[in-house]
Amino acid sequence: MSLLTVNDLKIHYPIRGGFFRKVVDHVRAVDGISFELQPGETYGLVGESGCGKTTSGRALIGLNKATSGEMLFEGKDLAKLSRSERRNYTKDIQMIFQDPYSSLNGRKNVLNIIAEPLRNFERLSAKEELLRVQELVARVGLSPESIYKYPHQFSGGQRQRIGIARALALNPKLIIADEPVSALDVSVQAQVLNFMQEIQEEFNLTYLFISHDLGIIQHMCDRIGIMYRGRFVEEGTADEIYNNPQHVYTKRLIAAIPEMNPEKRFEKMHLRQAINQEYQTEYNSYFDKDGRMFDLKRISDTHSVAMQ
Amino acid sequence: MKNPVLEIKDLRTSFNIKGDYYAAVDGVSITVHENEVVAIVGESGCGKSALALSVMGLHEQKNTKLDGQVNFGGQNLLTLTRSRLDKVRGKDIGMIFQDPMTALNPLATIGRQIEEPMDYHMKLSASEKKKRTLELLRRVGIKNEQRVYEQYPHELSGGMRQRVVIAIALACDPVLLLADEPTTALDVTIQAQIMDLMKELQNQMKTGIILITHDLGVVAEMADRVVVMYAGEVVEIADVKELFENPLHPYTRSLLNSIPSNMESKEKLHVIDGIVPSLQNLDRNGCRFAPRIAWIPQEDHEETPEMHEAAPNHFVRCSCYKTFYFPEDRVGEREYVATNS
Repeated sequence: MSLLTVNDLKIHYPIRGGFFRKVVDHVRAVDGISFELQPGETYGLVGESGCGKTTSGRALIGLNKATSGEMLFEGKDLAKLSRSERRNYTKDIQMIFQDPYSSLNGRKNVLNIIAEPLRNFERLSAKEELLRVQELVARVGLSPESIYKYPHQFSGGQRQRIGIARALALNPKLIIADEPVSALDVSVQAQVLNFMQEIQEEFNLTYLFISHDLGIIQHMCDRIGIMYRGRFVEEGTADEIYNNPQHVYTKRLIAAIPEMNPEKRFEKMHLRQAINQEYQTEYNSYFDKDGRMFDLKRISDTHSVAMQ
Repeated sequence: MKNPVLEIKDLRTSFNIKGDYYAAVDGVSITVHENEVVAIVGESGCGKSALALSVMGLHEQKNTKLDGQVNFGGQNLLTLTRSRLDKVRGKDIGMIFQDPMTALNPLATIGRQIEEPMDYHMKLSASEKKKRTLELLRRVGIKNEQRVYEQYPHELSGGMRQRVVIAIALACDPVLLLADEPTTALDVTIQAQIMDLMKELQNQMKTGIILITHDLGVVAEMADRVVVMYAGEVVEIADVKELFENPLHPYTRSLLNSIPSNMESKEKLHVIDGIVPSLQNLDRNGCRFAPRIAWIPQEDHEETPEMHEAAPNHFVRCSCYKTFYFPEDRVGEREYVATNS
């Protein structure tokens, strides 16, 4: 059984205007997306800014309200649960945020930051709590005395590991990682990515990995969904997306990855121009007359494309 | 050899921290030639932006000390007075900043902002200025230039704004462009567009470009020559092809190894041990990268690391590159030794 099933999720925001601030239209931030997460896999949600990938991720942990659609976590629809019912599930779904500089409270020390989810959900004595936090801190590779330090005393990579320790505190099943390494330097990125893979095996975690960086997505993810303007344009295994992209938008994204071989740079530039050409001439077979993507169509067991 | 446009000689930029001066740029020498893109790569804190700001004289003067030479157009920019410097920057040296959201004035129209440097540096009538501005907008790939001319920054997308920033930098036909992370704040597809645009413009205008970036992908796509910086020093200089085919310095090799590249997905990325030392804690004696490759014996480093020409036009600092290896590559070998002994 899949761990999480998202069915036709829509998140619309009203635009108000005119007399009495009536709702005149909607911003369709997320406009009908569906996907499934299998236990233990890493699913990548990719797209450019404004495509709705973060909005979808935040809806899953309840930071945004879904307008319609289902989010089935182990068979229970998260969208329909009341606040108190939902509490039982928030333990199982945790989030790693993008910016380790603003997602940690600067006035709390590491002990209080990591213990916060424990205090919310588990009744532990001060001693037990300290023990758990020490375990977690050791697991993410920070020194034991660092639990009495404050976030500003750590480097970016260390801070992100504090964020990860906090997310791990309640032994979650699903972790939503929203651009977890975008704010970090390359060498620190590598550290955090390696670490995320290690704990995935150790704790049997499922990741929903949200990012705009296609190199990192390819490295981390088993399956990938490409989003554009609130909808999926293509979904498939990493191999299918990178080696056999079907939708012109996917091709464009893949072609935009900088070429690491300096000798091929003009080849790549021409490839990009050719794809832009295709984008213009073949527009109608990828988008309907309102400029909306078609629904996903299956072209193999694992690969779907939004084409006519 | 082409003519040098800019010669930076032994530049040392020091900042005042609690009464003492610490060098963020520590004896850097770089030459940029006509029609050449020199990329300066390194991670945050390596001094690459401090270097660019020193060239432009944009550091806060009270707490900054500049030594060395920045020779441009027959004069040393570091010794010029403010008013003389103002005649150079914005005219012969254009600058492209990282974040197009903050580099533009939200209260002025796009047309006004592109014309501003022309007011300072060129004597043009209002109609000539407008004609030139529209021409510049077309050149940076903006199609409805008449309309954009009247618009304000908030009406444009990030990519369009960065195009405007480039147009401003090009307004007075500069001979040198300083681009500080010009694509970092942009989406991938927009980044590709801006890179292609800059390559095209560079081909047409033959300007020298200093490209400052942390992204080795951008370097591979844009640069002719690459300067790798670590902790305020240049550790390696080579032509772009040579650098990617045959990187020498341990830091360069570690950086290249920590990028999730297309080839080896799911394998472990290389992690550089330790952290970039802060300005105050930096040990300025010996190889500055040594603490982060502790498995390399001390005698493999030089006492005062110098730049060596390891191959024609390929310079590398310190001798540790000769014996450097990644520990993960030798795991098997070490076990072999252990079982035999």
